[in-house]
Amino acid sequence: MGNVLEVRSLSKSFGGIRAVRDVSFDLKRGEFLALIGPNGAGKTTCFNMLNGYLRPDTGSVKLLGRELVGIPPRKVWRMGVGRTFQITETFRSMTVLENVQMALISHNRRIFDLFSKATALYRDEALKLLELIGMAAQADRPCAELAYGDLKQLELAIALAHDPDLLLMDEPTAGMAPNERIALMQLTADIVARGHVSVIFTEHDMDVVFAHSHRILVLNRGELIAEGTGDEIRANALVQEVYLGGGSLFHEKETAHA
Amino acid sequence: MGFYLAQLLTGLANASSLFLIACGLSIIFGVTRIVNFAHGSFYMLGAYLSYTLVTHLSALGALGFWGGVLVSALLVGVIGLLVEVLILRRIYRAPELFQLVATFGILLIIEDAALAIWGAQDLLGPRAPGLSKAVRILGEPIPQYDLALIVIGPVVLGLIWLIFHRTRWGVLVRAATQDREMVGALGVNQALLFSSAFFLGSVMAGLGGALQIPREAVNLNMDLSVIGDAFVVVVIGGMGSVTGAFIAAVLISVLNAFAVLVFPQISLVLPFIVMALVLVVRPYGLLGKPGSEKGAPADPEAPLRPLNPAGRLAMGAVVVILALVPLVSADFTMILLVDVLIAVLFAASLHFIMGTGGMISFGHAAYFGVGAYAAALVVKWLGLSMVPAMIVAPVASGLAALVFGWFCVRLSGVYLGMLTLAAAQIVWGVTFQWQDVTGGDDGIIGVWPAKWASSETAYFYLALVLCAGGVWLLRRAAHAPFGYMLRGIRDSEIRAEAIGVDTRFHQWMAFTFAGTLAGLAGVVSAFAKGSVFPDVLNISSSIDALIMVLLGGIHTLLGPLLGASVFVLIESWVTRLEYWRFIFGLIILGVVLIAPDGLAGALSRLLAFLKARIRPGTDTKKEALHGQRS
Repeated sequence: MGNVLEVRSLSKSFGGIRAVRDVSFDLKRGEFLALIGPNGAGKTTCFNMLNGYLRPDTGSVKLLGRELVGIPPRKVWRMGVGRTFQITETFRSMTVLENVQMALISHNRRIFDLFSKATALYRDEALKLLELIGMAAQADRPCAELAYGDLKQLELAIALAHDPDLLLMDEPTAGMAPNERIALMQLTADIVARGHVSVIFTEHDMDVVFAHSHRILVLNRGELIAEGTGDEIRANALVQEVYLGGGSLFHEKETAHA
Repeated sequence: MGFYLAQLLTGLANASSLFLIACGLSIIFGVTRIVNFAHGSFYMLGAYLSYTLVTHLSALGALGFWGGVLVSALLVGVIGLLVEVLILRRIYRAPELFQLVATFGILLIIEDAALAIWGAQDLLGPRAPGLSKAVRILGEPIPQYDLALIVIGPVVLGLIWLIFHRTRWGVLVRAATQDREMVGALGVNQALLFSSAFFLGSVMAGLGGALQIPREAVNLNMDLSVIGDAFVVVVIGGMGSVTGAFIAAVLISVLNAFAVLVFPQISLVLPFIVMALVLVVRPYGLLGKPGSEKGAPADPEAPLRPLNPAGRLAMGAVVVILALVPLVSADFTMILLVDVLIAVLFAASLHFIMGTGGMISFGHAAYFGVGAYAAALVVKWLGLSMVPAMIVAPVASGLAALVFGWFCVRLSGVYLGMLTLAAAQIVWGVTFQWQDVTGGDDGIIGVWPAKWASSETAYFYLALVLCAGGVWLLRRAAHAPFGYMLRGIRDSEIRAEAIGVDTRFHQWMAFTFAGTLAGLAGVVSAFAKGSVFPDVLNISSSIDALIMVLLGGIHTLLGPLLGASVFVLIESWVTRLEYWRFIFGLIILGVVLIAPDGLAGALSRLLAFLKARIRPGTDTKKEALHGQRS
């Protein structure tokens, strides 16, 4: 299969700080790509340029051949890009199921409907999505009383609602308990394994990164410094330097463990 | 040249008194996030108190005057403190803006208290000893007192700046203005901080009023006439910014001093036009910071549930009982019930944008009024009859909401509310001044219903059908994807955008939809009364709607219906009494303290309580659980 996403020389500066410099990469269909790097490396900036929240200074982002730069986030979503947030964003005054239904209602372009009952629309489809992520039992709970980990999972269900070609997950496991992390990423990996959706995620937990990703991009100070499989990245001297700062025992142990 | 200088100096003197009252409002909002309608009352009290004190101390000369002014300011501060400790402190946890209802009750109480103590006549205060003459500058006479005021304004600004930057208390006030939760997390005694900020703010209002007595007669309209301008100044300066308030006061007053030379009628709406322009360019005012518009953090709302069968039955029963009323009752009851129906639809339309949409509106009367006036105008000028007028009116309101809404939805929080107020004031000002077309203060009379609807009974049924229909439409929309997505945008704009929604556009359409239905309420009201006057458009009419929605409970669709009915019924009962404002204010305060979650909240708590009494099983289970835990 061809490339779902083609990113070419993406750059962005904030004042004098060049947050992202000349980043280019491709993403194949069904690929699970991790974007890693130390704090302040430009991961989130990079992400926000992919989904339209930030306009890059230069460069291009093509989804299945169509340019995404300059298109507002809502339209990027309509073109087939789903996303989850680093800090969860859900409709807190609605139930779990209703949150998924809203995405489906929007996808079917019925948000200006004045007469149908919103809770009755796309109920089965929404339930199916909740089953997929294992939250069907919580369908009728108000979102406001969910645990943080559950909210992160719910975001995944919302992001999958319009059957996207590309899913962007910004620190999907941040703030979750260790066992929840593993479960969520296993779930995501299973979804990717079906071959339709491609995923890019940023992550600080190296266990998660090395366990699931097909390929890893490493950013440092806004620049792409390495790209490859888990083993290649582990062996990369530059990456070790950036992450370990040259031989801190504490970190070496952690990497060895991973 | 001298003339222009004189205008400038008058403008600056006005700026000083405007600044004094506005800075107090800004400090109070910054720290407590309360939109304090009683601030105008504190200003008025300051003026009355200083009138009494200064007249009694006149033998002491200058000392008597300035002493009297300061003591009255401090007395007002103490009254403000009492209000905060006795009332507001109990309802800080209530939903956003609910405290506003309490301050409105206080405003009513103070107004009647002042009437009882000082009487209805205007009181002309003594001049300040030693500053009672005018000096000639470039040939123009300038009152010495104006020059004193020009000095006092910046001096007070300087003192507040020192307090805010050189004392621990001041630093805490500024910190609380930025992030209240964080200040609380650092172990600062919030109750003390809130009370002291409220005290200082009230002292400022009192001082502003007290200093005003040599310049204008003290009267009972001072409270509401100043509060609009004070809010404008606070908003232009940026909520919570004292320096911003000063700049804004100078800007408004000086612009006004010169604008009246060119176009005398403009002074009514000029501040609001300036505010609208500033907010379009700077959404947080001149010196305000993003986030300064937000109220206190609110508890999340429970998911919307359709009425259960019992609730549906109850709603149906209410409509059926209403429909049967004409069979048993007098015309008087029907006229009152038509008022209730109109208020219910008006409040429900406001609730759609405020509750469901989270967009605060302090100027919803604009759309009600445009509806009423559109009907009256087409009847008067085009000779149309009732039915076409009833179609034209909501369309006109919808168009007005479409135009103003485009600007309003770009803002959020209190700034949005203030821009809606500006829109309403501009419409009111134009209506009031454009005598040839609107009749100005005299209004438009002779707006009678068609023959078939002219009996009280027939019009009652017409009003019932239109208002119940409007409310049904609003409820339907709230349960439909349109309303759900509006609520979603309120909950999380980022999430809504991330699932493909143009949030501004959606809010804009909701604003227009609500404006259209407010216009329907307006036209029903115009034909019910047979006339239209500019007061349907003024601030107090907008505030009434706001109080209905908040009093009823902003978090449920039933809230505005309850709130509006109770408000109109109580009002129609108390206005027959002497000192009705006092009684009405007390009732409002009572409701606020008993039901901080609004009438709808109190009702559902009552139902739950009764259920538990009828089926004690659930209660004991809960107790058992509780016992296990403890």
